Amino acid sequence: PCAGPVESKNEAAMSELVPEPRQKPAVPMKPMGINANLLGYIGIDTIIEQMRKKTMKTGFDFNIMVVGQSGLGKSTLVNTLFKSQVSRKSSGWNREEKIPKTVEIKAIGHVIEEGGVKMKLTVIDTPGFGDQINNENCWEPIEKYINEQYEKFLKEEVNIARKKRIPDTRVHCCLYFISPTGHSLRPLDLEFMKHLSKVVNIIPVIAKADTMTLEEKTEFKQRVRKELEVNGIEFYPQKEFDEDLEDKTENDKIRQESMPFAVVGSDKEYQVNGKRVLGRKTPWGIIEVENLTHCEFALLRDFVIRTHLQDLKEVTHNIHYETYRAKRLNDNGGLPPMTTETEESHESNL
Amino acid sequence: LPSFVFFCQFSDSAGYVGFANLPNQVHRKSVKKGFEFTLMVVGESGLGKSTLINSLFLTDLYPERYIPGAAEKIERTVQIEASTVEIEERGVKLRLTVVDTPGYGDAINSQDCFKTIIQYIDNQFERYLHDESGLNRRHIIDNRVHCCFYFISPFGHGLKPLDVEFMKALHGKVNIVPVIAKADTLTLKERERLKRRVLDEISEHGIRIYQLPDADSDEDEEFKEQTRASIPFAVIGSNQLIEVKGKKIRGRLYPWGVVEVENPEHNDFLKLRTMLVTHMQDLQEVTQDLHYENFRSERLKRTGK
Repeated sequence: PCAGPVESKNEAAMSELVPEPRQKPAVPMKPMGINANLLGYIGIDTIIEQMRKKTMKTGFDFNIMVVGQSGLGKSTLVNTLFKSQVSRKSSGWNREEKIPKTVEIKAIGHVIEEGGVKMKLTVIDTPGFGDQINNENCWEPIEKYINEQYEKFLKEEVNIARKKRIPDTRVHCCLYFISPTGHSLRPLDLEFMKHLSKVVNIIPVIAKADTMTLEEKTEFKQRVRKELEVNGIEFYPQKEFDEDLEDKTENDKIRQESMPFAVVGSDKEYQVNGKRVLGRKTPWGIIEVENLTHCEFALLRDFVIRTHLQDLKEVTHNIHYETYRAKRLNDNGGLPPMTTETEESHESNL
Repeated sequence: LPSFVFFCQFSDSAGYVGFANLPNQVHRKSVKKGFEFTLMVVGESGLGKSTLINSLFLTDLYPERYIPGAAEKIERTVQIEASTVEIEERGVKLRLTVVDTPGYGDAINSQDCFKTIIQYIDNQFERYLHDESGLNRRHIIDNRVHCCFYFISPFGHGLKPLDVEFMKALHGKVNIVPVIAKADTLTLKERERLKRRVLDEISEHGIRIYQLPDADSDEDEEFKEQTRASIPFAVIGSNQLIEVKGKKIRGRLYPWGVVEVENPEHNDFLKLRTMLVTHMQDLQEVTQDLHYENFRSERLKRTGK
């Protein structure tokens, strides 16, 4: 993560991108004024506290897209992830509604707060994906939407009079829902991920995992991982963006053992052993969503929210967005309105 | 399985002729001849079709199964694969043919995926028609499809567009029995909701699924009603034996509990099996009297015979 003061004007404008330290060893915070060693301590490390305070004040944007056939539990899972009613399911959507004839893009925004930190969460749903008899090219509207957000951002960036904080509607994370057939991926899964893994961070999840026994789950995950590898699909966290050995070790473990996460979602609570837990009640037992022996929901949640949230945004900004931008600048020889001044400051940034 | 109870009343009283014994004679002849039954199984990959068939007939119809990966599936078209197995129980022989349709619903564009299936069904009708009109009719083999289990995904909210199109195209050619497989993925409430939704959509689209005939005088009316009310059957299949309370039963072992295949509180497997087995005769009759006759009259009209 880059430190604060040397950021260019460009970075500072997007203050919500000020990196918050990941789960690295905690930096001891010395309250200002008390110096352990008068000659030796300057106070540079307090920058972390300043950044943290700033993030808390401004809050941050996070945009998550969910893609998968109807009925795979996308809306329920997102609600479970953020422990709030934030999906299409909760804003006037009726499950009895007909499947749309083409893929629709529906973005719903919510502000949720935790520990003084405000997150402006946008959930982007894609009803109609994979539900038709003929699903050829049904990923195109999705790719189009993602690129449109990059375009929006780019236009703001190159403006002469820019907003202090460019609103970030870019998709930071795309959860792709795999049907738990227990066999292999479906042709549509391959096609979608092949096309979209190049423009957005894709996190594949195995939906409704309570339909598989432990052995079936392990076998299926292995099979899916193999298929993704053989077909050259790089899901998040992508190998080429591991920053250092520590990242690589951590991410390797996730890539090769945990992913794709086999999840179960629920917005209903039940009493189990004296505790209230989120779960699903069946005649043969209660499936506890946050119980790691039942499913991997907690792993997904920790991964997306507690450890890699910031990295998802960074990769989106530094890699996917930059790729889009470079392509745009090379086609048609540039964008309007762009002056030489702006161009130079961009050059120094690259 | 139904137990065949014979009620023979031999009386010497005047007026008794004795033809009440006819059903027994028919029965005995059938038992000697054996029964033939063809069951077609249709549904997307991974809905548990093979496991269910194996569970239903307590056999392994698919010993060396190869499951292709997604990249291979992209190239594949719908295949028709028929496997025959002879089952004997209490002296009654059944020659069961299971017709599989691998590749159905897998492709990105599934527009033509049931053409092959329609063709197959028509071909069996055609062959029968040809045999029926032939000179040697003693040993006509009936390969016509008597029943089609259509598998509905438990992961959706109801019927998919492909489900509707398939059933509309085939309800005039074969007895369709809709089945919701992998039912252990649903809570009881979700199951009821899905069943209701499926029935509503079937009615909405004018789809004619197989109707159970009214109970005969010697049949349990209530049981029949219960069976009827459970359609579409929500079932679970398993090839594994698990020990529960000292007994070995077919089931699926999860960290949160054991799902028992033959437990009526867990799913409709027993209802489905009983329904199929006690209605084999009726399914054959409806195929002959309704679907085949439809085909035959259309065919003869066309060729102007």
